[in-house]
Amino acid sequence: MNKKNKNNFTNDQLLKFYEKMFLIRKFEEKAAQLYGAGKIGGFCHLYIGQEAVVIGILSSINSEDTVITAYRDHGHILARGVDPKLVMSELTGRKDGISKGKGGSMHMFSKANRFYGGHGIVGAQVPLGVGIGFAHKYRNEKKISRVYLGDGAMSNGQVFEAFNLASLWELPVLFIIENNKYGMGTSIGRSAAGGELYERATVFGIKGEKVDGMNFFNVSESAIRAREYIEKNSKPYIIEMDTYRFRGHSMSDPGLYRTKDEVNKMKEIDPVLMMKETLLNDYKIQEESIKNVESDIKKQIKDVEKFSLESPLPDLKELYTEVYL
Amino acid sequence: MKILLPALSPTMETGNLVKWLVKEGDSVVSGDILAEIETDKATMELESPDDGKVEKILVKEGTENISVNTEIALLRVDGEEIEEISEKPIEKSPQVSSNGSEQPATEVKISMNSLLNQTKENSDEKNWSEKEISMREALNKAIEEEMEYDKDVFLLGEEVAEYDGAYKVTQGLLDKFGSKRVLDTPISEHGFTGLAIGAAMAGLKPICEFMTFNFSMQAIDQIVNSAAKSLYMSGGEINVPIVFRGPNGAAARVGAQHSQCFVSWFSHIPGLIVIAPSNARDAKGLLKSSIRNPNPVVFLEHELLYKEKTNVPEENDFLIPIGKGNLIKEGKDVTIIGFSMSVQRILNALPSIEKLGVSPDIIDLRSIKPLDEELIYNSVKKTNRVVIVEDGFGNTSFGSHLSYLIQSNCFDFLDSEIIKVSGKDVPMPYAENLEKLALPNTDEIVSAVKKVSYIN
Repeated sequence: MNKKNKNNFTNDQLLKFYEKMFLIRKFEEKAAQLYGAGKIGGFCHLYIGQEAVVIGILSSINSEDTVITAYRDHGHILARGVDPKLVMSELTGRKDGISKGKGGSMHMFSKANRFYGGHGIVGAQVPLGVGIGFAHKYRNEKKISRVYLGDGAMSNGQVFEAFNLASLWELPVLFIIENNKYGMGTSIGRSAAGGELYERATVFGIKGEKVDGMNFFNVSESAIRAREYIEKNSKPYIIEMDTYRFRGHSMSDPGLYRTKDEVNKMKEIDPVLMMKETLLNDYKIQEESIKNVESDIKKQIKDVEKFSLESPLPDLKELYTEVYL
Repeated sequence: MKILLPALSPTMETGNLVKWLVKEGDSVVSGDILAEIETDKATMELESPDDGKVEKILVKEGTENISVNTEIALLRVDGEEIEEISEKPIEKSPQVSSNGSEQPATEVKISMNSLLNQTKENSDEKNWSEKEISMREALNKAIEEEMEYDKDVFLLGEEVAEYDGAYKVTQGLLDKFGSKRVLDTPISEHGFTGLAIGAAMAGLKPICEFMTFNFSMQAIDQIVNSAAKSLYMSGGEINVPIVFRGPNGAAARVGAQHSQCFVSWFSHIPGLIVIAPSNARDAKGLLKSSIRNPNPVVFLEHELLYKEKTNVPEENDFLIPIGKGNLIKEGKDVTIIGFSMSVQRILNALPSIEKLGVSPDIIDLRSIKPLDEELIYNSVKKTNRVVIVEDGFGNTSFGSHLSYLIQSNCFDFLDSEIIKVSGKDVPMPYAENLEKLALPNTDEIVSAVKKVSYIN
């Protein structure tokens, strides 16, 4: 058994995880392209560079577990298994979008896939996710609510109220900080005082750790450890993922707050490429198998693009539907 | 030294003497507990103000509805002469009438209960078994019945459980349903409101109490951006079946930060339902409907109405549909529209209005959003004149919107301008006279009726 694979994933499983990471990467590259072409409007926050986080966590999730995140959510909803055609059609604002074109990039949900959004207000998803964990406990469900938040949210007041409640009421919640080093254009050093971000939760009695979020295996191992802790202790847990986004905060971000050198240096530890190399070198997965996966995804993305551009605009009557149930 | 029944809460006018803990002849020192007094909010201990001997007990234990400042005992303080029991009641602070001047109010109170009984007779409602209870008890019953009816309903908020509710609305619910379903939260509105909304997204039906709606401002982002908009943003995927409830508006001299009506704020938001009942019966029927509703409901109560009693059906299937106003008094000359506390203000003004020879339709909106437009327009088409009374600030208010709706839907029927009697556009002052002046008062309502009726 390989040292890096403490989780005993089979090669087929690992290839599946790689496929998901590659799907997110290619999906986001296509989204960037469509945004540039004026086919996607508004805000569009790409997940490129952070793929190992969501797929590493995915490797620890039961299908019944719930997930909630903020606005950088394309990778998350894809990881949860929602059809990329529906996701891209939401970005293009079409009738077949997962939110019928009424949510947009930041507001996508799927109850069937246990994905609770997609929230546009920094920090707001954290109390919501704690509430979903509350519902799991209330109903004696053996589920864990996974709550993603960025480094920027870690200075937002309601997040600490949510930590307090989650710990006080012993709720099955895993907090995952995706620390990509910048809250929009403000570096973490210019926004957060004190030590490590996850330590801010430990004062509420929440155990946690910091993990290399660029490496699928490290993330996965930590995610499984967290799951076991929550299941055993019925208490929340927090993981801080050291990660990086290769693109701007959103598509309209000129990125003047960081140097090209810094970005290029981080690209040397590109999580998708590293995963591929590990599969080739350490797991001896055939290059051809990987190439097949990649070419299937590329083909799929072409179909996704076509679908999302051919899907009609929402009916005008949709304006007034779904305000109330 | 005379021991007087003290005011133990901002809204306390009378109290009950539950129990004497001393008897005549007992020696006490300052701080000893003399008696237990039940206020409108809680049972409190009355401490001895000085060292001395209990000379005489003037009010027996078990006595109810004792006015604040009534002499309840005499204490012989060491070294002081014995005081005579005064024959006359203790002089109270100056009476401030509803227009803020220092003269006794000569308002004749019209009972909400009798009006409701009349409107019931005119409707074909089924015959309920009714009991006269306060709005506080009615709300409590509504929550209790709905928690029995649906195990997904739970209650959370500050002091709702072990303290029995800051205003006793949730009294006894912890004992009945346990700490899993009745939860005391930290003073953490932004956090627990978000938590409650998240739980609702996952299918539970929370009742989220704000100790007062002023504190909901801490959480307004979650109410507006998470609760109200999720159904729409998700293309119908995520609904949020939650009730936000608590006292709203001005209570009694609690100052600017605790006295504000949020009807205009919440009714501005698509996706929210807004309810503001004026009486116990409506409070029960509407709170039950709100808890069963699959949308987020902002349920605005009023502290000064908590003690007001009406007949309330005891059956657990008594529901009042959301979106239906109530024509509580039928007339012909002018339509006066109010909700929550402003209905009481209209009733206070009614004798003076009738003295003018004017017979008004009085509409209690009950539901602000959705609004019973049909009821309003039918009345206006009959009376051709409208006065709107609201406690909230007049600027960009719900009443402003209502007058817009009426003029655009009943333009050809109006014989006068529409007059809106609103709260003044000032932070709520503390002084008793200024506070009364800041809120809509009888004189203003009567003047408005005169003006729309062209009476000089």
